[in-house]
Amino acid sequence: MKDFIEKFAEAIEVEDVAALTAETKFHDLDEWSSLSVMLTIAFFDEEYDKQIGEKDIRESETIQDLYNIATA
Amino acid sequence: MLTFQGVGITAMAGAVPKRVINNYEYTEFFPADQVKEVVDKVGVFERRFADENTCSSDLCYAAANRLIKDNNIDRNEIDLLIFLSQTPDYRMPATSIILQERLGLPKTCMAFDIQMGCAGFCYALSVAYSMMQNGNFNKALILDGETRSKVYSPRDRRSAFIFGDAGVAALIEKNDVFKKSWFSINSDGSLYDLIMIKGGGYRNPSSPETLTEKVVDEYGNMRSDEHGYMRGGDVFNFVIREIPRNIKHTLEVSGVDKDSIDYIVFHQANNFINSYIAKKMKLDNSKIPHTIEKFGNTSSVSVPITIISELKDKLDGDKLLLLSAFGVGMSWATGIVPFHNCRISDIVEVENGNPIED
Repeated sequence: MKDFIEKFAEAIEVEDVAALTAETKFHDLDEWSSLSVMLTIAFFDEEYDKQIGEKDIRESETIQDLYNIATA
Repeated sequence: MLTFQGVGITAMAGAVPKRVINNYEYTEFFPADQVKEVVDKVGVFERRFADENTCSSDLCYAAANRLIKDNNIDRNEIDLLIFLSQTPDYRMPATSIILQERLGLPKTCMAFDIQMGCAGFCYALSVAYSMMQNGNFNKALILDGETRSKVYSPRDRRSAFIFGDAGVAALIEKNDVFKKSWFSINSDGSLYDLIMIKGGGYRNPSSPETLTEKVVDEYGNMRSDEHGYMRGGDVFNFVIREIPRNIKHTLEVSGVDKDSIDYIVFHQANNFINSYIAKKMKLDNSKIPHTIEKFGNTSSVSVPITIISELKDKLDGDKLLLLSAFGVGMSWATGIVPFHNCRISDIVEVENGNPIED
């Protein structure tokens, strides 16, 4: 999980990784924008060879939710 | 897989509107730091926007006229004209017919429109090649033009900073010097709503309702149903899987060695997508010309305008190009296309519907 958070933070260009936990609601992050959707999709493809749709991202709340999709 | 032989592109010319848009200064609807972030990510720094008196057909007219003049083509020998666009002059008649008269082509010329988006150039090429190879045609003109600046809402950040306008003309002729070409052309109508203009056709006719701008998502983006929209994330997801697969498949079936390709010309979608595909496929960047930074995404015109802008003087002798494009439909295509001494004219600028003569 720690590894996932670090890589996800790097992917969506969040500098303060220490502030992120599995419970963080990523939509509320200052850095989160419509561009982050593309960055998250690229991150899933590169790191996990997984497809994550716009809808999946919209319906996920926490970083844990994303992790669950990545490791499903 | 479609294959042809003894037919190819012998000359090309391009036209762009005179008006240059600096993308950082395009709109004041969003804070400057947000604009910078988007612009840097999509890699579109300048685009060309047609004025209100310039249509796709005007850009194509300017390009075609330049091509005909530069190559001393007898207009009476052009007996096939294909106009490729999703921004035609009218809902009817077909714009190709209007261009037949405006360009002074004979009435015996067969003219029709192909209404396809970003992947369209390979469609038009394969249709023209097929008709040339099987029919008794002399010379064909493909006129490919778009004014996408008129399609998207400046208040929707997901599409506001990407699209631009341009037009090209390509002359297709039969000649035994042209080696074999291959086209893989694909469609998936289950994804028809990833990129679309919902209103203004016959399914959802134009009405005050379709023209009303509304907030459409949690980011506050605004557009009407007569603006285009794009589910960029889902398009990206589709493209990063399907495009590498389609290119590999086309190379395999054709038996063409990747290293024997001189240039790979991608649809200029945005720099984020294009660099991602190049990295993922471990392609040699020196073989990949690009114009996304100065013309933006011009839909079906992006592949040919990139050839015209970046490969002029580089197409002497025999060259093998791989063309790859994807977009609205979804439809996607890969072409392996041999060139032989292709003559490329300088790009013409257009204002108020007419070429600016030098």
